[in-house]
Amino acid sequence: MNPHRKRAKTVDRVDSADSAAVSSESTQMRPFPSKPLSVDRVNSVESSDSSRMRPFKDKILLVDRVDSVESSESSRTSQFAGKVSGFDRVDSVEARVDSAGSTRMSRFPDEVLERVLALVDSHKDRSAVSLVCKEWYNAERWSRRHVFIGNCYSVSPEIVAARFPRIRSVTLKGKPRFSDFNLVPEDWGADVQPWLSVFSTAYPFLEELRLKRMAVTDESLEFLSKKFHGFKALSLLSCDGFSTDGLKAIATHCKNLTELDIQENGIDDLGGHWLSCFPDSLTSLEILNFASLNSEVSFDALEKLVSRCKSLRVLKVNRNISLDQLQKLLSHCPQLMELGTGTFMQELISGPVTEFKNMFSNCRNLITLSGLWDATPLYLPVIYPACARLTFLNLSYATLRSDELANLLSHCKSLRRLWLLDTVGDKGLEAVGSCCPLLEELRVFPADPFDQEILLGVTESGFVSVSRGCPKLRYVLYFCRQMTNAAVATIAQNCPDFTHFRLCIMNPGQPDYLTKEPMDEAFGAIVKTCTKLQRLAISGLLTDRTFEYIGKYAKNLETLSVAFAGSSDLGMEYVLQGCQKLRKLEIRDCPFGNAALLSGLTKYESMRSLWMSACNVTMNACRVLAKERPRLNVEVMRDEEGGDDSQANKVYVYRTVAGPRKDAPPFVITL
Amino acid sequence: MSFETSLEITSELTTADDHGLNLNETELTLGLPGESRGRKLGKKRGLIELKSINDEKNQSNASKASLDDVQLAGWPPVALYRKNMAKNFRFVKVAVDGAPYLRKINLESYGDYQQLQCVLFEIFAYFTVGNYTSDDLEFQNCYKPSFTTETFVPVMHDSFNNSIAQRIKYVSMYEDKDGDWMIVGDVPWMMFVQTCKRIRLMRSSEDINTARRTLSECSVSSC
Repeated sequence: MNPHRKRAKTVDRVDSADSAAVSSESTQMRPFPSKPLSVDRVNSVESSDSSRMRPFKDKILLVDRVDSVESSESSRTSQFAGKVSGFDRVDSVEARVDSAGSTRMSRFPDEVLERVLALVDSHKDRSAVSLVCKEWYNAERWSRRHVFIGNCYSVSPEIVAARFPRIRSVTLKGKPRFSDFNLVPEDWGADVQPWLSVFSTAYPFLEELRLKRMAVTDESLEFLSKKFHGFKALSLLSCDGFSTDGLKAIATHCKNLTELDIQENGIDDLGGHWLSCFPDSLTSLEILNFASLNSEVSFDALEKLVSRCKSLRVLKVNRNISLDQLQKLLSHCPQLMELGTGTFMQELISGPVTEFKNMFSNCRNLITLSGLWDATPLYLPVIYPACARLTFLNLSYATLRSDELANLLSHCKSLRRLWLLDTVGDKGLEAVGSCCPLLEELRVFPADPFDQEILLGVTESGFVSVSRGCPKLRYVLYFCRQMTNAAVATIAQNCPDFTHFRLCIMNPGQPDYLTKEPMDEAFGAIVKTCTKLQRLAISGLLTDRTFEYIGKYAKNLETLSVAFAGSSDLGMEYVLQGCQKLRKLEIRDCPFGNAALLSGLTKYESMRSLWMSACNVTMNACRVLAKERPRLNVEVMRDEEGGDDSQANKVYVYRTVAGPRKDAPPFVITL
Repeated sequence: MSFETSLEITSELTTADDHGLNLNETELTLGLPGESRGRKLGKKRGLIELKSINDEKNQSNASKASLDDVQLAGWPPVALYRKNMAKNFRFVKVAVDGAPYLRKINLESYGDYQQLQCVLFEIFAYFTVGNYTSDDLEFQNCYKPSFTTETFVPVMHDSFNNSIAQRIKYVSMYEDKDGDWMIVGDVPWMMFVQTCKRIRLMRSSEDINTARRTLSECSVSSC
């Protein structure tokens, strides 16, 4: 019997096609050459945020582009690495015949197939696998252990649980990114509790939970700690709504905890007692990050914890831990790979400096260093012995000057990632260019973002210096107060491999300070030269020409952030028409109106989300969009005081298979 | 500088109104603190009109206050925890007599006067000692009570622990919020951090009384 015959059935449940990507490197799968899949009925039962697929006939689903994996912003690259970023549209494809002529894929028993598929990690590959046929779909759903949900409202926990019965690890993202900058009111939503409630019955063996921009309460944390007995890893990034009491519950009840990673959260810090709640029997901790918590923990408890957890490889303490205390900690865990120090300033060192210098030279596995609060030339040299091995150095809490940085960097030949404050100035960036030829990522944060009189900081010349010395740069986040088109063009020439280019000229609408022209040509140069560009954030005085460039050249662009830019609706239209791979578009304070919004009518379902605030969009246009596209949630956030009811000041549009939100607060109107 | 250019843009855009862009509708205006703020989260926004800032800049003290208070919501896009860090920075200029340019330090980085003097010493040494780097000057120097809070008398040793016979008196002074020049060290540290606007290391080879005279002269002229 022709083995193909069995498989070429009518497929009556298919995942959203836009999550399919076939990579010949990662899977051995080949499409069926002679038997097209005909699809009668399509449900979208998809773990990641995706919309329903339009039915198609007599076509094989094959997408021949592979999106690359987006790197994460967290300091721990492993946390979100492997998170897959893009979804391709479905292209119809001709049937491909195997060159040998015999595409005999022997029929595997399900168990074997599951075993094989269990080795497939990438979400994109998994989505592709699930689209092949019913057997593969089932094998994939049974073998999947990790699910990534980029927008918690794009799908419901019930749908996820129904499709994937054996999940051990969940990554969940909630609020729109602009909530980091206070543009989203409190109580907007993204509550994790409904998810936990479903998971407690569906996934009692859940081991890992990674949340970003979710609302988390102490009750939820307690629920998590008590209902999931094998729970191992909790990571909270930019979440809010909980206090250190919730951490107490985690520390107390999670007997097998390997990871507790608390970053940049709106946490109510009621004291450091939570750390003392780890029982003496807990020895499994591998990752502990409480750098962003302000209260002092019991050093005694911390020291004991660190001594008994022999597998500890990531330790990031908060500012209250002194140099003396750090030295004691490091003596217990020289195997650390990532360290976040406490304060690097203290009144009197208890012993000779040389002893401190040894403290770092024994840490032979150390590749990431952060913290370094209050670091000054007095004590910074103690880290020199570890510098040669460092690949990631986060100095964004240390107000270093240029000479201090230069001295430090002369020891750091292996750096791949560097985060700085702009106190280092252009001279400091020259040192970066000369000392770190392997640099791939640079982030320069403003030490004083709101003082407009300060002429400190970095300028275009610092950026150019770095680009000259670091041709491998692919990720840049740069805050500055002046920039020129010529400089950015030079930078693009020097570093054509940019995948993430985020330039923030801090004064809104500021032109090229030398020529007084708009900054259009700067971003034009970037998109023309850097063909791998996935993420772009633009600033400065920009006309529609910038967007014309972006739409025309940025063919791999997935995320675009726009503020105070553009001249007319055309700007947004260019981008929506031209950027095929666009997934996230966030816009604030731009003159884009209804025509622009509606020009993307057919596009938004292929994107994760659209944010538009303080633009020129009216409620009527939003209603039109909502009516035409029932698979989108079109949400408008109402202002507190009256305002003009016909204007839609904050619009958030996203695709979903879960229908309108049931938990929307009164100020969120779903149209 | 940037304000002037922004002003030009505004006037360009008003002519653009003729092309039907209707940007007046979306103009953002800024006001002095205490004014009723129409500029809340709900209002339409477009490009900023900074004309009002330029007018205010002509007033002496009000301008800085108004610039500080009037901030665009969520701009620049810096996360909250970084903003909170930034609020805690207290950068002040440090002028050393005879030096060709100034330095800037962050008072928040230091816990007490002793640490401050260490850094001032470094800056001083950088300008006056010349070829000596901080590596040459031993750490212990910072902890020796070889200076008082009034005068700054560094005792320098080279790497062979020979005392370099330079005893030049420098007076540490600072300008406070009221514009008066004070001696560093009189007020509690935290108060000093809150009130200090800039620091000067004034060279004085005479005694303290002369320094005090120079001090009062200084208060009159703008240093």
